[in-house]
Amino acid sequence: MNGYSFLIFIDMKIIVLMKQVANKDAVLRIGADEKWINENDIAHQTNESDGYALEEALRMKEAKGEGEVVVCSLGPQSAKTVIKDALARGADRAIHVVAEDSKTLSPYQIANAIADAIREENADMVFSGLQSDDASYGQTGVILAELLGIPHATLVIEVDRSKLEGSVRIKRELESGWYQWFNYKLPALLTIQSGISQIRYASLKGIMAAKKKEIRDVTLPLENFASAQKIEKVYMPLKTKQTQMLGNGDAKAGAVELVEKLKTEIRVL
Amino acid sequence: MILVFIEHKNCVLNKTSLEAIAAAQSIGKDLGLKVSAVIPCDKDCALAQEIAQYDIEKVIVAKNEKLGTYTPDAYADAWEQVIKATEPQYIVMSHTYQVRDFAPKVAARLGREVVGDVIRYSADGGRLELTRRIFLGKLDADVTIGGDAPYFITFQSGAFRGDSAAEGSAAVETMDVQVGDIRMTAEDPFQEAKATVDLSKSQIIVAVGRGIKSQENIALAQQLADALGADLAASRPICDAEWLPIDRQIGSSGQTVAPKVYIALGISGAIQHIVGMKNANTIIAINKDAEAPIFDIADYGIVGDLFDAVPVMIEEIKKAKG
Ligand SMILES: Cc1cc2nc3c(=O)[nH]c(=O)nc-3n(C[C@H](O)[C@H](O)[C@H](O)COP(=O)(O)OP(=O)(O)OC[C@H]3O[C@@H](n4cnc5c(N)ncnc54)[C@H](O)[C@@H]3O)c2cc1C
Repeated sequence: MNGYSFLIFIDMKIIVLMKQVANKDAVLRIGADEKWINENDIAHQTNESDGYALEEALRMKEAKGEGEVVVCSLGPQSAKTVIKDALARGADRAIHVVAEDSKTLSPYQIANAIADAIREENADMVFSGLQSDDASYGQTGVILAELLGIPHATLVIEVDRSKLEGSVRIKRELESGWYQWFNYKLPALLTIQSGISQIRYASLKGIMAAKKKEIRDVTLPLENFASAQKIEKVYMPLKTKQTQMLGNGDAKAGAVELVEKLKTEIRVL
Repeated sequence: MILVFIEHKNCVLNKTSLEAIAAAQSIGKDLGLKVSAVIPCDKDCALAQEIAQYDIEKVIVAKNEKLGTYTPDAYADAWEQVIKATEPQYIVMSHTYQVRDFAPKVAARLGREVVGDVIRYSADGGRLELTRRIFLGKLDADVTIGGDAPYFITFQSGAFRGDSAAEGSAAVETMDVQVGDIRMTAEDPFQEAKATVDLSKSQIIVAVGRGIKSQENIALAQQLADALGADLAASRPICDAEWLPIDRQIGSSGQTVAPKVYIALGISGAIQHIVGMKNANTIIAINKDAEAPIFDIADYGIVGDLFDAVPVMIEEIKKAKG
């Protein structure tokens, strides 16, 4: 690894993993087989922390003055929207691991397929979001690092962009408002926490430029994985608490009732 | 056998590990398996005697000088050896930030993955079915694990009660483990200088979430807070966007509060938020999505647009206060 660390200074390559997920405000309906939601008629978006991962990669490249940011997404053809948006925001090119039925894949299978797709890129850094907002396995990045044989850090909330010479200094979020800095030799994989920096939007110029950027489709034989976790059934969570619903769908009437409750039942007025 | 992970910093217990002991004992009872605890440490861990007072078979101190401060590389090496030496069926941990960091690495090294953030389980015919919350708390999924042991399971904080872990007495055993190259170095943990607000003492909290839509609208929530004599707080995305400072963030990464009244405006109720406010006496949620998970823990709810409800509330409170 040391032999090529001087290269990092000249030409840093960062791969950013990005996933397409259901839109946060979408009304979720359970699919006919009760094993996932019905994704057909809902809006999608880029997974939140993945957007922050891309932003951090772009800022690192800008801080260095040169380098390459490569987006990698595993998912159905519809994930092209996520990829194109990333290219419009400034990523240089993309690798799309096309898997139509990606929601049935377990985290190890996903990480394994991505490892095969990016291994030969020999990236200096791989970024992912810390977890997806749909299945929330929260481990694809960590498994991928192990499969690539590189170290990882999760819950990264700051990267010291002034220090990028074959190593990287990163701040991890711990619980309850605690933090810790770590130093990593490169290459390394970081899973990025939301809020690491403010996300830019795609400019018109960026959108035009994106049209000329390379998107390489990769189809891999998705190997069977005996130790996979399997979703047997999805359903609405069982309610545990009796909630007094106020206003009967009329928010203004509810507000009047609520203030009455604040006065007479909760007694804070 | 079931191995349960004991998390600690300088031999001081992370109390969520007691929840993991309770979970492991429960699974052990259902499946007829014994439970042993694993403490990675650089010395003959002072914590071992404390853990030995629970109803488990053994406390294994996995010992190596490189296990003094947590790093994922050192922990993965230690765990790999403990697992190979003891051949457990299950490995049970609490879903803490540290566990999120190293457990999938250990699992991957053994050709496995983790069933993570589990909220409950059932055992039928010797087989576990584990329930996870998906889609940010909007749905539950029952999950099974294929293949051969070991199986890795992490439980969400609160899924089991730490004080329900059965007491007993266990043997303490030291296992010297090999730790290879550590590819990262850790500096000392710290808290960001100066929480200017300490919300843990607040009587009433008005908390805003992404439903507030824009920075300008924070003023509306502030008016409600002023009318109630409340403090303003927020969910993570609001602080991520810098609409409110991070010391007003409630949740697993922010403050933990227990006010008399907690009013959640446009907050969906993801677990990482709920752990920070579930102990409020009275929880009130205003959300336009009737299925939002926040209603699962709310005492009072209004299903509707917060921009309709909040101005009326402010007016009514002023009237009530005369
Ligand atoms: C490791 C980790 C740590 C985290 N730490 C924290 C933490 O400390 N604190 C925290 O809060 N989160 C934390 N999160 C993030 C958490 O998972 C959620 O993403 C976050 O809490 C969601 O915030 P929200 O409810 O404001 O936004 P959303 O989930 O987007 O919910 C917005 C809600 O507003 C409602 N809404 C929209 N418009 C209106 C309207 N006009 N009127 C009424 N309602 C409306 C919607 O129906 C929706 O329910 C963490 C996540 C991870 C993975």
